[in-house]
Amino acid sequence: MTRADDSLYAAMLQRGMSRRTFIKFCTAMTAALALPATYASRVAAAVSAAPRIPVIWLRGQGCGGDSAAFLGASNPTAAEVLLDLLSVEYHEMIMAPAGAAAVRSRTDVQARYPNGYIAVVEGAIPTADGGIHCMVDGRPFRDVVRDVSGGALATIAIGTCAFDGGSPAAAGGATGAVGVASIVSSGSLLAMPGCPVNSANLTAAIVHYLTFKQWPATDSRHRPYFAYGGLIHNQCERRAHFEFGEFVLAWGDEAAQKGWCLYKMGCKGPETNANCPTVRYADGTSWPVKAGHGCVGCTMPGFWDAMSPFYRRLPPPLPFAPTVSADQVGQALVGGVAGLTVVHGAASYVRQRRVGAQERRDARVAAADGALPRQDPPGGDPDSVQPPVPADPTEPAELTETDEPSSSDREDVVAIEGPDPAVPVDTAVPVDISVPLDTAVPVDTAVPVDRADSPDLEAH
Amino acid sequence: MTRTVIDPVTRVGGHLRVEVEIANGVVRDAWSSGTMFRGMELILGGRDPRDAWLLAQRICGVCTGVHALASVRAVENALGVAIPTNARLVRNLLAGAGYVQAHVVGFYHRHAFDWVDPMAALRADPAATSTLALSMSEWPQSSPAYFKGVIDRLTTVVQSGQLGPFANGYWGHPAYRLTPEANLLVVAHYLEALDWQRGIIRIQTLLGGKSPHPQTYLVGGMALAPPWGGPNRGLPGEHPQQVERGSPPALSARGLTDIGTAIADARTFVEQVYLPDILMIAGHYREWAGVGAGLGSYLSYGEFPGDDSTKPALFLSRGRVMGRDLARVQPVDQAGIAESVAHSWYAYDDGGDALRHPANGQTNPSYTAPTQPSATLEGSDRYSWLKAPRYQDEPMEVGPLARMAVAYVEGQKDVRAAIDGAAASLGVGREAFFSTLGRTMARAIEAQVVARQLDGWLEALVANLATGDLALADLTRWDPGTWPGEARGWALGESPRGALGHWVAIRDQRIDTYQLVDATTWNGSPRDAQGRRGALEEALVGTPLADAARPLEVLRTVHSFDPCPACAVHAYVPGAGGPVQIQVI
Ligand code: SF4
Repeated sequence: MTRADDSLYAAMLQRGMSRRTFIKFCTAMTAALALPATYASRVAAAVSAAPRIPVIWLRGQGCGGDSAAFLGASNPTAAEVLLDLLSVEYHEMIMAPAGAAAVRSRTDVQARYPNGYIAVVEGAIPTADGGIHCMVDGRPFRDVVRDVSGGALATIAIGTCAFDGGSPAAAGGATGAVGVASIVSSGSLLAMPGCPVNSANLTAAIVHYLTFKQWPATDSRHRPYFAYGGLIHNQCERRAHFEFGEFVLAWGDEAAQKGWCLYKMGCKGPETNANCPTVRYADGTSWPVKAGHGCVGCTMPGFWDAMSPFYRRLPPPLPFAPTVSADQVGQALVGGVAGLTVVHGAASYVRQRRVGAQERRDARVAAADGALPRQDPPGGDPDSVQPPVPADPTEPAELTETDEPSSSDREDVVAIEGPDPAVPVDTAVPVDISVPLDTAVPVDTAVPVDRADSPDLEAH
Repeated sequence: MTRTVIDPVTRVGGHLRVEVEIANGVVRDAWSSGTMFRGMELILGGRDPRDAWLLAQRICGVCTGVHALASVRAVENALGVAIPTNARLVRNLLAGAGYVQAHVVGFYHRHAFDWVDPMAALRADPAATSTLALSMSEWPQSSPAYFKGVIDRLTTVVQSGQLGPFANGYWGHPAYRLTPEANLLVVAHYLEALDWQRGIIRIQTLLGGKSPHPQTYLVGGMALAPPWGGPNRGLPGEHPQQVERGSPPALSARGLTDIGTAIADARTFVEQVYLPDILMIAGHYREWAGVGAGLGSYLSYGEFPGDDSTKPALFLSRGRVMGRDLARVQPVDQAGIAESVAHSWYAYDDGGDALRHPANGQTNPSYTAPTQPSATLEGSDRYSWLKAPRYQDEPMEVGPLARMAVAYVEGQKDVRAAIDGAAASLGVGREAFFSTLGRTMARAIEAQVVARQLDGWLEALVANLATGDLALADLTRWDPGTWPGEARGWALGESPRGALGHWVAIRDQRIDTYQLVDATTWNGSPRDAQGRRGALEEALVGTPLADAARPLEVLRTVHSFDPCPACAVHAYVPGAGGPVQIQVI
């Protein structure tokens, strides 16, 4: 049992934070986790009773952007996270000691909290030439990650570089950069891609653990469904314009001023799994599509190669399909190479095939041009438009709610009847809905599959 | 002589190792080593030049956006694109907000613990701290109850036994000089600065869509658009404007007002908290105005174009101050920049040690350090992933101090007033700025100068939009079909940490070669073929050190540069050759 002094809530009250602000934080977390709003009180109870979890934050081949996102977080702010929620004992960008004293901070935590600390990994891990492209304290970063991750309660790979190698692993890279999953095999692993990660999702994952004593449900690449279970395109505020064939055709044109859809400017929202449109950045201030630039697909495997050139538009997107999982989209990206097992090799495959992917995509765009909603006249012809399917995949089953359980009956909180609330019920099972996953497209040809019977469902 | 190794050097952006040789309590020699290599320029090769900025900005997520800006400028320079007034002003706002954030965070979260002992703050008297705070500025968070709350909060953390980032600091080190009250004051502001950042991040998120890594740049301008203000013609299928959801479009009246409010808040914090804290700390550490002088040669490429001409007037000027001579500024020509790899983990094809201009650079990684784990780099002739840039063969220091020195000599009014004011209040001469303390003061002064200018750019943007000029991008070169078969371009500008140059060669609508020389490549540079140290190495020589096992004083000088080796390590693909015209801005 933790002393009350250690609790987040007590600490927040102590610094003059109102209960209202605390509840606002819990509500924001509940929303990020796609839990019903009634869960806020449960989150609050669990979080306010939690001890501070020690964290070892490792940085490899990265730009520091995930750290910057974390330090610039709001709701909760970095000050709250640092002092009240977590105990960040090792983080090279902020820790006071350096050199040997810094290394001691790391080994102290490993010794004091075996299997009791969270390992956060930011940045890719170079594996070529014995790992000499990233050295910490004279040791290859790869060895440090294995060492720290091996004794952790869980390892969280944050940002796209730690997810699958990110930019150092893109075509042209020569350091053998890989993501955490490639070198860490044991224990809980959570991957939170994004360039950089949305700090709200990182905190939400930890809050999920505090609330339910288990990590959020993930797909086969360790991405939590709550953040990566849905397509950007399906949550986008410009979506209605897409349906009505209202597209921006040149930067800054009348359509851009009206906030129309950026699909024809290369937006990758239709093939990208993330919750940017709903959670947004900086406490709901904005996200790239809202600001005016297309999505570049930064959460997706191998996106630097698979999604580029960034201004060339995608083939027509999947129809409104709330149940598309990140795994399925990953498949679509590599051109329908048969079988789920291929997904794991997809990133490196995509890297090698960057040029091929562009050609294939161009051919698909050309072949399917006629299938798009019409642009002219603005507004399109309603007859040519598919009716949007109103569907919200994230509505979980009705759950019985008890108001603010005390910490002593947190056991009961875990034993919820019904499905795991963090798993949007119909994303849990990847089913073939509209993507012809088993269409064996010869991947190194530029020939699009002939799908003239249903051009909207052009093979991905 | 004893050799002390600091690896990892913490509170920097990236991976840095510093080794120093100490005799009689003074640093006699120093080596700065970048220990991480990504090869971003190799990865840039072959891509669409319009995509380059997205990848280039991933070089650094700490001074976010600076490489995006340098990259679009280099490509625009190659293609001959002139951006519209609105785009220039938005870019100035995004970059300028980044300077203010980088400097405040760079001090409080990466540098302050070199001067401030948070454990000593626990002994502070809240009432006396309040008196001290009120004597320094009008900042409202200054009551005894407020400081009591900070002590309680710190005490909670300390008693929990989980000190987080404070664990294993060099607390109680004899080189700490502040009173308990002064320590407490800065610790309180350390926490406030974490929250304060959010205002800046809101500016960046409104104008850039997110932060870090804003995503609204375009080759030709910005992807922002002002909200539709034309007649509502009620076309079929017309939909209402995007739902604001409590967050307006950046260039709407409300969005611009929000940005103005955030700018005012940012500026207030700099003027009432950051700068007073720096002057207070400087007063306790005056002797550090005599430590860490370093090379004495300062380089600034200049930043913040003030007009739309091809050679715009710059808010912070371009130039060099050589030999600490504040009498004159010398010119900067990009042709004078070249790099040595004599002591870096690269080899040139010809095996020689001659300097190479970025447009002719080469990168053949060639790692030769001791096998791992390596206790020291002693005996390694090559010791860093950073190259050694030189200007006309000379090592140079870059950064806020360099910019302030150049702007001072050029007679920039705000800079002159701030520097002379700070020197007078400390009772020191201008030459005191050529030091570890001076670097730290120059950073704060620049934060103030830029924070004051943000409003000017915002007003100019509002005024220009009001004239009906809604253009944010020049699209005449958007279509690759309009490009020449070959083009080369470059951009010299500044990032918060100092001079930043990008060079690009485009061939058949793809990036042929890409090269950049970053601020920390200059400051963290290893030795060159003639054995001359880089700026950081030189500044470390002569640093007093009370306890080699707790090298606090070394960290002071290291952090006075706010180094970011993540940015500094790069690579270059040799081009396909052939004489190509270099276009000049
Ligand atoms: S294509 Fe992009 S802008 Fe258009 S609706 Fe989809 S996600 Fe939104």
